[in-house]
Amino acid sequence: MTVRDRLRGVSAGLRELYEAPYRRTLSGARRDEDDLFTVVVLAEALGVPNPASYYTVELLPLVAERVHEWHTRMGMDRSPLEHVSCC
Amino acid sequence: MNSLVLMLVGLAMMLAGYFLYSKYLGRRVYRLAAGFRTPAHELSDGVDYVPTNKFVLWGHHFTSVAGAAPIVGPAVAVIWGWLPAFLWVTLGTVFFAGMHDMGALWASVRNRGQSMGMLSGRYIGARGRNLFLVVIFLLLLMVVAAFATVIKNLLISTPSSVIPVWGAIVVAAVIGQMIYRWKINLLVTTVIGVVALYTLIVVGDRFPVVLPDPVLGMSPATFWIVALFVYAGIASLLPVWVLLQPRDYINGVQLFIGLGILYLSVLFASPAVVAPAINQDVPEGTPSLVPLLFVTIACGAISGFHGMVASGTSAKQLDSETDGRFVGYFGAVGEGMLALGAIIAATAGYRTLADWEAVYSAFNEGGVSAFVSGGASIVNAGLGIPASLSATILATMAVLFAATTMDTGVRLQRFVVQEAGEVLGVRVPKGWATVIVLVVAVGLTFSAGGDGSGGLLIWPLFGTTNQLLASLTLAIVAVVLLRKKRNPLPVLVPLVFVLVMSIYALVVQLGTFWADRSWLLLGLDVVILVASLWVALESAIAMRAARRGDFDPETDEPVLASSAGGGDERA
Repeated sequence: MTVRDRLRGVSAGLRELYEAPYRRTLSGARRDEDDLFTVVVLAEALGVPNPASYYTVELLPLVAERVHEWHTRMGMDRSPLEHVSCC
Repeated sequence: MNSLVLMLVGLAMMLAGYFLYSKYLGRRVYRLAAGFRTPAHELSDGVDYVPTNKFVLWGHHFTSVAGAAPIVGPAVAVIWGWLPAFLWVTLGTVFFAGMHDMGALWASVRNRGQSMGMLSGRYIGARGRNLFLVVIFLLLLMVVAAFATVIKNLLISTPSSVIPVWGAIVVAAVIGQMIYRWKINLLVTTVIGVVALYTLIVVGDRFPVVLPDPVLGMSPATFWIVALFVYAGIASLLPVWVLLQPRDYINGVQLFIGLGILYLSVLFASPAVVAPAINQDVPEGTPSLVPLLFVTIACGAISGFHGMVASGTSAKQLDSETDGRFVGYFGAVGEGMLALGAIIAATAGYRTLADWEAVYSAFNEGGVSAFVSGGASIVNAGLGIPASLSATILATMAVLFAATTMDTGVRLQRFVVQEAGEVLGVRVPKGWATVIVLVVAVGLTFSAGGDGSGGLLIWPLFGTTNQLLASLTLAIVAVVLLRKKRNPLPVLVPLVFVLVMSIYALVVQLGTFWADRSWLLLGLDVVILVASLWVALESAIAMRAARRGDFDPETDEPVLASSAGGGDERA
């Protein structure tokens, strides 16, 4: 084992020490932000006028995959969208 | 008695505990199995459930559980002499804390990494779960109030620590930016952070900050307490990566550096212990050793808080169940080492017995300040660092530990308040929840004599609550063992001891608070006493049921009585 490998190992261990305790909090925060983003992108489809829909419509395919996960988390058993059916 | 002997005997006892007793626990009692698929593998999700190298996990576990409490408790408790504190810390670590932490970890690993709160619901009953929430809330409330007083005392007694203590906040904030925004290598960041912190310590030592009296119409003590709570409120509201995360990390690193400094100094200086083995002539007003010793030193001998860390986070990351011995038990040994260091600093760091007695002039006097001044003279003798600089290092270390517990405590309490609001059907925004927490905590701090007149009155009450939480965890572990039809004695004997001592201490303190007319503390005492009796009752019922019933050896779930011995008329 070279010095460089050992340093890399120490660095990885430190990284784990740094990140592990807060991984859940940070991923929760990220999820909240993603949820907000999903609502903005889906606004027109949900019947909310969205001045930026010209731009956000392009992003629809990106959030489509997450719709199922999103609506179940928001407490809706079925997808609220007419044209995006997932379950 | 030479302190080096004390250190070596203490270390030998704790290491023997690790090599012999934890092996016995792992083989016979908890029966750790290398082949068991731990939650980290079974439920691996890259967030909570991540198989982690056992040394890294130990580091994380140890730095989460060790803080200012194993310094404060022993530093207060040596007033009865060094021997009782020494025995309680060493034997407590071996037979109580190690067993408790390892047991909590094991019980949680066997239950998909669930937290102790969930487990109490499962093994003690629905009321057990509510009880758990009540105890945790009280514990957080008291730790925040007690640590505010500890920090305030240190900032006043060691004015040279003011600059590094507040400067450390800036260091942590910069580290957070370095890691997330500028993506600088963590090893480099760590070195820069530690160097910056120690530079601040040197600067602070050169320029002590003594506040004028009054400051903004407040006494310095009041001002520091208010400033600390304002800080804790703001820090708890910021996104965690900005401040709390880098602060926790730097503290973890600092913990290892501090332990190293302390133990190396004792090794080189080996000062004589000037304090008596058993103090025959305790200052007036000192409560009796039994039961107060056992609640004054909570962390360092047994602490319920460890069970929360073990079950909430560490259990979800355990790579192999057999690693639990190292992570759980050795984590407790690490904390015992810190407590042992505190005992040595507070008893061997003085030139004569008269000097020592002058510091420990009354119960709750001395304490952390005694640890700082005593420790400083040992570090000075051992490593040649000037005494005032050594004192600044130790004071900064103790304050940083206490301050991170404070900001995290306020943050956790905010969640408890919000949750309680939800139960009542009110939505509490996070700003208001924080304000509620701060108002209650500030009120408690001042009513407990936080302005400097009363010292650390609340400390034994905090210890008692911590022991209560430990009892609850031990009761859960005992129920699990009983359901599996194994010998529960290694858990049951400490459980009964801790619970009896806590209740006894509560009754003794009830008298003290009554005599002092501290009604708020009296009320708290009564609440904790009721909770303790409740814990005793609920766990007795749950254990009885577990002993009589039949349970599936895999899932611990009750098996419907079809075989002999299932039904019982008296039950």
